[in-house]
Amino acid sequence: MNALDIKNLQKTYKNGVNALKGVDLTVKQGDFFALLGPNGAGKSTAIGIICSLVTKTAGKVEVFGHDLDKDSAGVRMHIGLVPQEFNFNIFEPIREILINQAGYYGINRKEASHRAETYLKQLDLWDKRFDIAKELSGGMKRRLMIARALMHRPKLLILDEPTAGVDIEIRHSMWKFLKQVNEEGTTIILTTHYLEEAESLCNNIAIIDHGITIEQTQMRSLLDRLHVETFILYLSKAINTLPDCGAHVVRLIDETTLEVDINQQQNISDVFQALHKCDIEVVSMKNKTNRLEQLFISMTNNKNNSNQEGSRT
Amino acid sequence: MNFSQQMVALKTIFIKEYLRFIRIWIQTILPPAITIALYFIIFGQVIGSQISDINGYKYMDYIVPGLILMAVITNSYANVVSSFFSAKFHHSVEEMLVSPLPNNIILLGFVAGGVARGLIVGFVATVVSMYFSDLQVHSYLVTFSVVILTSVLFSLAGFINAAYARSFDDITIIPTFVLTPLIYLGGVFYSIKMLPEIWQQVSLANPILYMVNAFHYGILGVSDIEVANAFIIIIAFIVVLYYFALRLLRLGVGLKP
Repeated sequence: MNALDIKNLQKTYKNGVNALKGVDLTVKQGDFFALLGPNGAGKSTAIGIICSLVTKTAGKVEVFGHDLDKDSAGVRMHIGLVPQEFNFNIFEPIREILINQAGYYGINRKEASHRAETYLKQLDLWDKRFDIAKELSGGMKRRLMIARALMHRPKLLILDEPTAGVDIEIRHSMWKFLKQVNEEGTTIILTTHYLEEAESLCNNIAIIDHGITIEQTQMRSLLDRLHVETFILYLSKAINTLPDCGAHVVRLIDETTLEVDINQQQNISDVFQALHKCDIEVVSMKNKTNRLEQLFISMTNNKNNSNQEGSRT
Repeated sequence: MNFSQQMVALKTIFIKEYLRFIRIWIQTILPPAITIALYFIIFGQVIGSQISDINGYKYMDYIVPGLILMAVITNSYANVVSSFFSAKFHHSVEEMLVSPLPNNIILLGFVAGGVARGLIVGFVATVVSMYFSDLQVHSYLVTFSVVILTSVLFSLAGFINAAYARSFDDITIIPTFVLTPLIYLGGVFYSIKMLPEIWQQVSLANPILYMVNAFHYGILGVSDIEVANAFIIIIAFIVVLYYFALRLLRLGVGLKP
C-alpha cells in the first residue's frame, strides 16, 4: 500500500490564482521523500490539501488507502504535520502544547504526558518543558513542532521546511532524529530549500513547478543525470599558469585555486595524477555547488523557458 | 474516532480553554467583579435610592439578577470570540483542523470554555451582589437552567462572530454595537411595564429581554413575560446558532482557503 497517492490535484483560489494545475504524486510506505520546487510552485498548497487545511478544487488524494473525500478523519488520523510557519499558541507552556495535541487524537493525558516526556527529551527540550513557547529560540520552536507532530505517532510525517532558519549544528541533529524516525517505520515527506538536506536524507524525489509535477524519480537516478560536476581544488603552492590536465577542462581561479569540470566519462583521480606530474599538490577540494542544486536549477529553468516559449506561440 | 476518544478530545479542549482564562484571571475574572460592584454602588445605592420599588422590590434588589446575567452574557461571549479568533490569528487552530476531531467536538469544546467562564464570573458577581443585597432564590431550577442556557447561547454567538472576524476590530464591533445595547434595553435596569405601550411591544423583539426576565423570575419570582416563552426562545436560538456554527466549521468559513 502506498503512503500517499495524489492524482490530478488542482487548486484555484478565489482570487483566480491557479496554484495547482494537476499534481500527481506517489509516495511509498516507509519512504523518505523529497518534495521540491521553487517558491510559489504549489508545495505548501498541496500539503495544505493533504492535511485538510486547504480545500481542493479537483483531484484525488489517498493516504494509506483512506480517500480524503470519503474518509477525511481517517486521512487526518495518519498524518503528522510540521508546517512552514510557527502555528502554536505562543503563550502556552510547551508541555501543554504537546499534551493538548495528543488529546485532539483521543490520547488520554497520562499517555500523552509519557509521550511528551519521550519526545521532549529526544529533541533536547525537556529542560524547557514549563516555559511558554514564546520564550523558545527559533531552533527550539522548530523542534517543538516536530515533537508535536509525532505525539499521535503518525504513519506519515509531512515536514514543510522544518529546518528553515536553523543553525547547522541543530540542523544536523534534526537530520539524525528524522532518519531515526524514518527507520522506525514512519514515512516522511520533506520540502526544503536546503537541497543538500534533501540529497542527504531522501531516497525518492518529486519536483513541482508552476503547479504541476515536472519530475518524480529515485534520488540516485536523478543525480546520475548530472552530466558535469564542477570541483574546486585548493593547492599547497601558488601557480601562475594552467597545468596540462589532458582532456579535462580546468580553470585557474587564483594562484592557489583551480576549478575543474568532470563529466560522466571522466574520473577525478586522473586530474590528481596530471597535477602530480606537474608537481602540484592538492590540499583540499569541494563541490562547487550541490549536485541536486545544479539539477534543480537546470530542470526548473528548462521548464520556465519552455513555458515562456509556449506562451509566445 | 470512537466515542471515548471524542470525550478525551472534548475534555482536552475544555481544559485548554479553562486554563487559558484562569491563567489571565486579572483580565478575565477580576474586571467583571469590579464593574458589577460599581454598578451596585452607582445605580443601586446612589441613583437607586431615589427610585421607587419595582414589582414589589427595592431598586437595588431588582437589578441584581440583571447585572449577574449581564456578566454571564458578556463573559461567555467574550471568552469564545477572543479565544477562537486568537486561535485563527496565531494559526494554532490548525492544530485542531489537522487532527481527526469532529466539528461538533471543536464547537462543544469552545462553548464549554465559554460556559465555564460565564458561570465563574456569574458566581463572582453573585458573591459581590450579596454585599449589597440579601435576596433569596425563588427557584433554583429556573435560575440555574436560565444561566446555563444563556451562557451556551452567547458562547455560540461568540464562536460565530470569531469565525467571520478578520481582525481584532471585528470581534469588538458586535459586543459594542449590538450586544451591549440589547442588554441595556433588555430590562436589566427597569421593568418594561414602566415603558409606554409602543416601547413595550418593541422591547419584546429583544431576545435578551426574555433571558433577563426568566432570570428575574428564578431569583425574584417576578417577570414581565411568560417564563415558558423565554425557555422556548432561548432553546430555539441555541439550536439555530449551533447548527449555523457547525455549518461554518464544515465549510471552513474563515478557516480554510
